[in-house]
Amino acid sequence: MSQINVRVDGVDYTDDVEPRTLLVHYLREQLGKVGTVVGCDTSNCGACTVHLDGEAVKSCTVFAVQADGSEVTTIEGIGSADGALHPMQKAFHEMHGLQCGFCTPGMIMASIDLVNDNPDPSEDEVREGIEGNLCRCTGYQNIVRAVQQAAAEMNGRTAGAAETMGAQA
Amino acid sequence: MIPAPFAYARPTTVDEALQAVASGGEDVKILAGGQSLIPVMRLRLAAPETVVDLTKVAELRGVREEGDAIVVGAMTTHSDVITDPLIARYAALIAAATETVADRQVRHRGTFGGALAHADPAGDLPAVALALDAEFVIAGLSGRRTVPAAEFFVDYLTTALEEGELLVEIRVPKHEGWGMHYEKFNRVAQAWSIVAVAAVVRREGDRIAEAKIGLTNMGPTPLRARGVEEALAGAEATADAVAAAAARAAENTSPSSDLNAQADYRHHLAQVLTRRAVTAAAGL
Repeated sequence: MSQINVRVDGVDYTDDVEPRTLLVHYLREQLGKVGTVVGCDTSNCGACTVHLDGEAVKSCTVFAVQADGSEVTTIEGIGSADGALHPMQKAFHEMHGLQCGFCTPGMIMASIDLVNDNPDPSEDEVREGIEGNLCRCTGYQNIVRAVQQAAAEMNGRTAGAAETMGAQA
Repeated sequence: MIPAPFAYARPTTVDEALQAVASGGEDVKILAGGQSLIPVMRLRLAAPETVVDLTKVAELRGVREEGDAIVVGAMTTHSDVITDPLIARYAALIAAATETVADRQVRHRGTFGGALAHADPAGDLPAVALALDAEFVIAGLSGRRTVPAAEFFVDYLTTALEEGELLVEIRVPKHEGWGMHYEKFNRVAQAWSIVAVAAVVRREGDRIAEAKIGLTNMGPTPLRARGVEEALAGAEATADAVAAAAARAAENTSPSSDLNAQADYRHHLAQVLTRRAVTAAAGL
């Protein structure tokens, strides 16, 4: 066993893990962070995407022990403390960017990472940016719209953003 | 799918890493970005006794200038390669090819040196290193040695790295004033190359003075398309001359036949993609 110190969604944890434990299994099984899901188990689908020190990674392809000393943000940690959704979550809701919802945690984490790098992505840039995430329901159209709406809100380009948020609340 | 148990070492210097590899037992695997190794371990196609994780070896990260070359640390991530100003200035082909590797999540973890040491024939970076005449600096307990790209790639998933050795940095000659292009063919996003071509071209006026062409997935190792290079040296920079030269792209290649493509289709692709890559690199 190896001891790790890791900050997950703003809370510090000290835990013993086997070196072979994958980060996604540590998050789900030891911390109960089941918002992050396992999709394909082969690094293809992106459903398990989390942020490791601010960068999107596939948590099925990182060992938990590698997160020692790092900060992890999961889908459970992006909303406000008062329960308000992150702009990306809100946009997926409003633009119907999901049907079954299984890919959504990873889609949202990858999309936030994309918008952090590119505040105003074109449709093509969104499609390229989420190429590591598979959705088998939506055909991606509404996901792309959601990412573009959230990008605008996250970068203060929509005057009506506050009102929209109020209407949804 | 969970990997078999292993002992884990996380050194912070190259010397510590070499010691950890030396004392790790019979079957030691070196973990760079882990984006190929961890999937293989999950599938239990590999079950090493010890994993030596280089993630915390800071001296292996980053790009620096050294005389007429740039030196890329083996643990520099794909994301860092894509945004590096020295690579953009002196070897933009590396960034162009790296942008086509996998997806942004994988590029945050995956490393330049890891991809080269893995030596997957469908990987994009080996042919790029070969086309740029890169040199590979390898560290062992007895010191360092330098191997040219043409000798580094030995066979399918096999390199000149010996037991106990680490790839520490890659020296890439500065290519100022050269045109470069990476032309990749695959069917879906984040897929491996079915075939790809790296073209590095130096023009003098209306002529192509020199061209270096690397082929991805046209054999068990990356290859230089020597026939094309010969045909382009001194040729007029015209579409006809490029097309005539590109027709030699499949010479001396031995691509595999697999679910993605038959060998004869890969021969055809190599010619088409070479024409496109050279056309773009020559600014035609």
